[in-house]
Amino acid sequence: MINVLFFAQVRELLGESTVAVEASASTSTAEGLRAQLAAKDEKWGKILASDKLLVAVNQTISGWDTPIQDGDEVAFFPPVTGG
Amino acid sequence: MATALNEVRVQTADFSVPEEYALIAGDNSDGAVVTFVGKVRDFNDGSVVTDLTLEHYPGMTEAVLNQIAVEARERWSLNNVTIIHRVGTMALGEQIVFIGVTSMHRKEAFAACEFLIDFLKTKAPFWKLEAGDSGANWVEAKDADEQAAKMWDK
Repeated sequence: MINVLFFAQVRELLGESTVAVEASASTSTAEGLRAQLAAKDEKWGKILASDKLLVAVNQTISGWDTPIQDGDEVAFFPPVTGG
Repeated sequence: MATALNEVRVQTADFSVPEEYALIAGDNSDGAVVTFVGKVRDFNDGSVVTDLTLEHYPGMTEAVLNQIAVEARERWSLNNVTIIHRVGTMALGEQIVFIGVTSMHRKEAFAACEFLIDFLKTKAPFWKLEAGDSGANWVEAKDADEQAAKMWDK
């Protein structure tokens, strides 16, 4: 399984902070995982289509072509605003 | 010189600047101590702010803050480094973030402190939710912060 986390307004808009996704050929990259989650329904599609969305794979900010494997932790979130 | 202190903390509790200063300023081989404190202010982009809630990504946050401290040490000759960032809800005027850096000379400590806050603002997974007259709004990332961080590119 891939453990998927959502933070800040992405978490709030989706109404979920975490989901588990079965690893498959279509989830083999960060972009593939995003596309699969976005296909869930219109709301998820709209929120996960944001061009500002960032992805972290195993707690490191990563590119959309980053490979995803079974057991990985993947997080989707907006640009950070701490400090 | 004693072993350098490298302290990264993410916490809901407030911090004491005098206590944090005392922790980093005790080494007499350091001539410079530079500290920065970020606070909750009463406005943002023209809107009244009544309080602020900070969310973060546990685990990744601490890793990123430690990495930023490592990068600062690679750029400048530093002794003690402390980074504290609060999470949860904070009222107006409360302290959000503390950066403390010591070094032999002031220029390195000033530069490293500025680098640390610039990088923290654009790399560490914290998000601000502001409550105010118009309800609660997530703070948008600012291009100016990204530009400030880019200025440190080698």
